[in-house]
Formats: sequence, C-alpha cells, structure tokens
Amino acid sequence: MGKANRIGKNILLALISAVFISPIVIVFFNSFKSKLFINNEPFVLPDRESFVGMANYIEGVKKIEFFRAFAISLTITVCAVSLIIILTSMTAWYIVRVKSKFANILYFMFAFSMMVPFQMVMFTLVKISNMLNLDNLPGIVCIYVGFGSGLSVFMFTGFIKSIPVSLEEAAMMDGCSIMGIYGKIILPVLKPIVVTVSVLNAMWIWNDYLLPYLVIGSEYRTIPVAIQYLRGGYGSIDLGLMLAMLVLAIIPIIIFYVFCQKWIIKGVLSGAVKG
Amino acid sequence: MQKAFRKNFSILVLPTLAAYVIAFLIPFVLGIYLSFTKFTTVTDARWIGLKNYAMAFRDKDFLSSLFFTVKFTVVNVVTVNLAAFALANVLSQTEKGTNFFRTVIFMPNLLGGIVLGYIWQVIINGVLAFARTTLTAGAKYGFWGMVVAMNWQMIGYMMIIYIAGIQNVSEDVKEAAMIDGVSKFQMLRKIILPLIMPSITICMFMTITNSFKMFDLNLALTAGLPGKSTSMITLDIYNSFYNRMGYEGVGQAKAVVFFFILAAISVTQLMLTRKREVEN
Repeated sequence: MGKANRIGKNILLALISAVFISPIVIVFFNSFKSKLFINNEPFVLPDRESFVGMANYIEGVKKIEFFRAFAISLTITVCAVSLIIILTSMTAWYIVRVKSKFANILYFMFAFSMMVPFQMVMFTLVKISNMLNLDNLPGIVCIYVGFGSGLSVFMFTGFIKSIPVSLEEAAMMDGCSIMGIYGKIILPVLKPIVVTVSVLNAMWIWNDYLLPYLVIGSEYRTIPVAIQYLRGGYGSIDLGLMLAMLVLAIIPIIIFYVFCQKWIIKGVLSGAVKG
Repeated sequence: MQKAFRKNFSILVLPTLAAYVIAFLIPFVLGIYLSFTKFTTVTDARWIGLKNYAMAFRDKDFLSSLFFTVKFTVVNVVTVNLAAFALANVLSQTEKGTNFFRTVIFMPNLLGGIVLGYIWQVIINGVLAFARTTLTAGAKYGFWGMVVAMNWQMIGYMMIIYIAGIQNVSEDVKEAAMIDGVSKFQMLRKIILPLIMPSITICMFMTITNSFKMFDLNLALTAGLPGKSTSMITLDIYNSFYNRMGYEGVGQAKAVVFFFILAAISVTQLMLTRKREVEN
C-alpha cells in the first residue's frame, strides 16, 4: 500500500475514532455548565457565563449518594462474579466428569436458561425474592449466581471437556481429595476461561438496571439505579446533575478499561465465539 | 473417580443448583403457570385459561411495541453489521495504530444502557434543537435515536468478532487467489465472506437478540414517549406488570410470547446461517 494511501486511511480512522469518543467528550464539558445552558447549546464549550465549576458534581453526589451507590455496585459485582466463578466451575467440572443421565439433564437445564429473557421471570422472581428475604445484598448476590449460572456453566463445560482426565486420575491415586484436585489442578488450568466468564458477568452485573431496581432498589441503589433516580416524577431531569453523574459513572469504567483492555477484549471475543 | 465426585455433590453442584432453582427455575415455571391465571400478587392466582393471551393479542400497545421492536431490530442488524464489517476490513491488518483505533471503537460497549441512554438524550436533543424540536416530539426521532445509540454501543463489539474471523482466513488461501488474479471485490465476495460465515452467524445472532431484548436504553432515552409510540416490547411488558392495574396476568402472557418469539428467532437464525458455513 502506498504511503499517501496509508496516511489517508489513518486520517479517516482518526475521524471515525473522534466520532466514537465525541459523545463522552461532550458530556464531560457540559457537566461543568449550568443546566440552563446544556439543553439549548450542548455543543458550546463552557464560558464565563455558563461555567459552574464543580457545583453539579457536589450537588449530584449528595442527591443520589453516588459514592454509596458506587460501593454497592462494587460489592455486588465483586461478590457475585467471584461466587459465580468458583461455584459454576465446580459444577461444570462435575458435569463433564460424571457420566450420568442426571449430569446431562443438569447441563441442558443450565444451557436452556441462557435462552430465556429476563422479562419472562421478572415478576415472579421479584415476588419470590421478597418472600424468601432475598431483597438485600447477600440475597441479590445469590440471585445473580442463579441467573448467571447458565452461561457460566455452559462456558466452563466447553473448556473442561478439552482437559485430559489423566492428571486428575493420577492425583486421585496419590490420595489427593476432590477439593484438592480442584484447587491444585483444575483451577489453574481454567485461567483463560475464568477471564472470559469474569468479564462477561462483570459487564452484565455492573450495568444491570432492572434486577437491582426491582429487588433492592428501595434500599440499595446501584449506579444505574441511582442515575435513573435522577429522572424526576414527571420525566423532568436536572441535566447538570445528570451529566456530572454520568461522568462519574463513566470514569471508573474507562480507568478499568485502560488497564485491562487486553483481557476485556479477549474475554468478550472468546465469550462470543463460544457462547 | 466417579464415586469421589458423587460424594462431593453437595459442594460441587448443590450451591449452584440451589441458586439456579431459586433465581431461575421456580420463577420460570411459576411464570408460565401464572400466564394462565388472573392475579395481582403471586398467591391470589385464579385459573382463567387462555384469556390473558387473547387479551395480549388484542392489546394495541403490545402489537405496536412488537412491530416497533421488529422494525428496530431489522434496521439495527443491517447498520451495525455493515459498519462493523467495514471497519473490521480496514482494521484487520496488523499495522501500527490499528490497535488504538480498535480499543477506542470498542469502548462504548462497556457502558450500560442507562448511562448510554442519557448520554445520547443530551446529544440528540442538542442536534434537534437546531430544528427547534426534541427527542420526544415524534416517534421517528426516538426510533432513530435508539438506532444511533445502539450502533454506537454494538459496532465495536461486532467489529472485534469480524476482525478475529478475517484474521483467521489463512494467508495461503488469499495468496493463491491473488496469484490467480482475483479483484479486491472478488476476494471479499468469494473468499473472505464464505470463510468468515461463523463470525457472521455470531454477529447476526448477537445483534438480533440484543436488539430484541433491549430495555435500559429505551427506558433512559425515550421511556416510550411520545405516548407509547417508542416502547419496545420489553418496556410494554414492564408497563403491563407495574404501571397498569389488573394487567399482571396479561403482562406474564406477553412475557411468555416474547420468550417464544426470541427462541424461534434464535433457532431459525442459527440453522439458516450454519447451513451456509463452510469448513475453513
């Protein structure tokens, strides 16, 4: 390819990238403007008249208790993803190694749940979680484990099928317990698929709105629930606060992405290919 | 070996299974049962046969939201996949800088639907302000607004999948074709496309189901306004449950219909494209 051609291509790509970033940039500089100036002229940079400094941030953080929401989102995501990884990988290991009809049925049950949209179980799930006192943080973590188990068991099963059984048998001969084999042999081998399953589940749980809103929304607001809460009763929104909170919601994701982008892209890619 | 596994059933399987049964299986079975009953809470259900389904299909809001969802899905599948494939074609060469562009274009995929919806609400309202109108002034604005936002979110993801597919096509095949003197277009049409059919299957499947199931973005961007003209099917189901007295059973019936539509789409779509895949 000629040099001029390549430069032209890079300019085009730079333009496309700029288009992809621009929404976030626009939200960012508008978050420092007073709300009156956001609605009418969002494409104008803040000037002396419209600039309000950190006022939107200070008021917004107070109004939706942003840092509490952040802590809640983080707690739920970390706990649920860790539990999903440990529990579903063990279950998948069982399903692959135990050759029985029951193990087969288990596998199809888990795989089936991937096809069912949330709305199908939404109403009944909320009622049941109320009845069983699952409308608290440990409760919603359990619900995420149950709801996320389908995809995770499915993906772990696919991976474990390719691990030869001989090593485990040898360890068993040497008197290693099942849990010992799991911890010392299986878990280390699972590393690449653990990344994939973690990324997929973390992205889902961190961004999920309906489930936390319906189950624990009145007491514990996650970030998406807190942001939606800014929309007033009649659909009125204080855009200044809204944009400031959007920026706060986006920043941790971008930081995380910058440090883990290789893992994330690898994760979603192999997740899509296998899922 | 088998015996040791069975003995540890309560550690290996039981916790996952219990969570699965509580969070999925019971709600699912109960949901199907309740779609044949009239209820406001779960405990006061009364069997009424297929009445809920009859009411669902006579409900104008449901039918229009279904139509709206189908329209949205079709437009989305075409735009997202065309754009993602075009970008993947350019970015699949491993040159300097391509990695940066890929990273940037993929980024919006990490944002959730609520955040996404409000970002685009501001921007689209800003653009429409030049024409002295707003996002909720007409259904067409909401429709195209959702298409733009969804494209922004999904193009990067699909692009990554297409890139992986294109990079998997062996250099030998491409070189052989080059020696035989095929044009760039022929290369794309006759060599690349058939060989990346698996990627196309995945991308089609993901764009269709994600468009069909979309809820958060819809709620944040338009919340169905004006009227209910930009309600996706998921939002209509939600409103039947929580914003319409006495419609819980109908909502559940709608949810069952939604589930079957989704299952049917997935199965046909997978079978159709799998047929066209060739061995790489």
